[in-house]
Amino acid sequence: MIGAQILIESLKREGVEVIFGYPGGQVLPILDKLYDADLKFVLVRHEQGAAHAADGYARATGKPGVCLATSGPGATNLVTGIATAYMDSVPMVAITGQVKSFLIGNDAFQEADVTGITRPITKHNYLVKDAKDLARTVREAFYIASSGRPGPVLIDIPSDIQMQETEFIWPETVEIRSYKPTLFGHPGQIKKACKLISQAKKPILYVGGGVITSGAHLVLRELAEKIQAPVTWTLMGIGAFPATHKLSLGMLGMHGTAYANHAIMEADLIIAVGARFDDRVTGRIDSFAPNAKVLHIDIDPSSISKNIRVDVPVVGDAKNILGEILEELKKLPDISEWLKTVEDWKKKHPLRYKDEGIIKPQFVIEQLYEATKGEAIITTEVGQNQMWAAQYYKYDYPRTFISSGGLGTMGFGLPAAIGAKVAHPEKTVIDIAGDGSIQMNIQELATCVCNKINVKVVILNNGYLGMVRQWQELFYKKRYSQVCITAPDFVKLAESYGAFGIHVTKKEDVRAAIDKALEIDNTVLIDCRIEPEENVFPMVPAGEAINKMISGLA
Amino acid sequence: MKHTISVLVENKFGVLARVAGLFSARGYNIASLAVSETLEPSISYMTIVVEAKDEAILEQIKKQLNKLIDVISVTDFTKKEHVDRELILVKVDYSPKYKAKLEKLFKKYVGKIIQKKGCTAIIEAVGDQKQIRGLLESLSEFGIKELVKTGRVALGH
Ligand SMILES: Cc1ncc(C[n+]2csc(CCOP(=O)(O)OP(=O)(O)O)c2C)c(N)n1
Ligand SMILES: [Mg+2]
Repeated sequence: MIGAQILIESLKREGVEVIFGYPGGQVLPILDKLYDADLKFVLVRHEQGAAHAADGYARATGKPGVCLATSGPGATNLVTGIATAYMDSVPMVAITGQVKSFLIGNDAFQEADVTGITRPITKHNYLVKDAKDLARTVREAFYIASSGRPGPVLIDIPSDIQMQETEFIWPETVEIRSYKPTLFGHPGQIKKACKLISQAKKPILYVGGGVITSGAHLVLRELAEKIQAPVTWTLMGIGAFPATHKLSLGMLGMHGTAYANHAIMEADLIIAVGARFDDRVTGRIDSFAPNAKVLHIDIDPSSISKNIRVDVPVVGDAKNILGEILEELKKLPDISEWLKTVEDWKKKHPLRYKDEGIIKPQFVIEQLYEATKGEAIITTEVGQNQMWAAQYYKYDYPRTFISSGGLGTMGFGLPAAIGAKVAHPEKTVIDIAGDGSIQMNIQELATCVCNKINVKVVILNNGYLGMVRQWQELFYKKRYSQVCITAPDFVKLAESYGAFGIHVTKKEDVRAAIDKALEIDNTVLIDCRIEPEENVFPMVPAGEAINKMISGLA
Repeated sequence: MKHTISVLVENKFGVLARVAGLFSARGYNIASLAVSETLEPSISYMTIVVEAKDEAILEQIKKQLNKLIDVISVTDFTKKEHVDRELILVKVDYSPKYKAKLEKLFKKYVGKIIQKKGCTAIIEAVGDQKQIRGLLESLSEFGIKELVKTGRVALGH
């Protein structure tokens, strides 16, 4: 077999069903073999779209997403998408063509040092110099991408290697002596963890994306119900615990709920599961949760004691460890007082907004929630739209909220929706977008229409790069610099792509537009004109303690 | 404070770049670095001297190194019995009248003249950081013209 065929054969053995990609000179042998292969290929309109689509597919399924690009500009166009996946620990395998191996280093046409460029934004990467190594490399890449703390892995394949003839030998097992993720908790640490939990009076579960990655949502729920601890989550942790559950506190941090932030600040025990105490969560670090002991469960040892001091670390897979704790935990803490306090906060400081005047974005999200009965997969762009989508839609299931958390990549939502829809054609997939972000990868509407990937895009059109405008309003004396952004007529644009466009300017038309969008068997874009200067509240100013929120409401 | 750590890595193309990249990306300082193949040719041994403000940063450095797929193991010599050595080559002014003085020095430190040319000599010396510093201080009276130093290598039990 030639290298290109070995690659495709190996991808199939890894259970790959779809590749998101874009052609070019240095992947011609692969494209040629794809011509006959029964592998779905989604041709995007920009390689960044391919990377985000593979990412969206991975987040929606838990399986590694695969993207393909040619050398040089094709590969560099993947970079933002790879970095996005890396920051959010998303399993992905990116395959790039490279100039012929004997030309590497010669500044050949469309040559870029792609392994060099992507080294800091991949979990690992490979430059394949012999077709004999290809099958093993693919095997390792999928193993590394999807095990431990997942992440993107890139395989750079020179075009002569794609043509090189060699025997195809599929390694049945994969063994990397230098890579052995810890999966089970240390028994001694589990005991200590249980002791902390038993002694707590004001415990809180603080959960992140790791719970979803590990498939620990059900055990998490069991533990929360067993000890009756309230649960708060990070942006990445949305869906790890049912938002409609009575123990749920919603998201915490910079735009978290007031009650979640109060609760974590007052807690005497933080049970952190698959979350990394990011600065958007902790606010000012030296005043974060001053009275709390910290129990930190994470598969990545380097996440532990990185930002805050941890009392009891347990390294391993969240699902295993929570199971081990459930089994070991005998004495339950008495926390009825604490729950009452938390309930009071919930009543006193609910999420709210003034529903008056023109369309409020929060109202749109609430309508989306009702219209989809909370059963849709929501992807988001970045900015205010993302925060409103996080705050006002209630996610009861994992893998239903897909958003760029760590990197905050504008332009993520539409291609990620494509990936999610390809993974779950039976589900409604909606990109909640901003008028700025959507313009960063709007070309992917063509991908949707051509491939009948019927996603719905709801643009919360405020005419601004709203989140930046909000900061300028609050912290730069309303000097709006470079944030007033124009847009094309989105409805006409959607139509010219062959999608369906709906324009909404009145509150009373919002629901009808959504219902219509859900009904139409096509990609639909709703351009929803919202209050231009609506802000996301609550808000913790950067560098403040997280209970020092501004609410914006009198 | 400076800490000496050793790292066993896969002897593969790009591994040094991964390690170096990790330090620069996270703003850690490498004071010195020595790399060589081990008896097992598929493994390289790195001795890295790092600067870390506190224990927590040192911990992070070790964890981040361990996270690299090609890193097999990390050993921290901070609280571990070990020996370490550096090697220097020093070019000094030389005239036969210094001979006795130098010989006396070489009784105290492990060093020797390895090359003489005209009125300069190149001295080779091996020792731990303190010995090397001591020798250099003593040599300064001969007028050090040039100096080159290897990274530290360390081995523990
Ligand atoms: C690629 C990229 N560039 C710049 C930013 C900085 N940024 C964060 S939010 C934002 C504004 C987004 O505007 P829009 O998509 O209209 O969303 P809104 O906040 O108005 O809902 C910008 C520019 C970013 N996150 N990503
Ligand atoms: Mg906007």
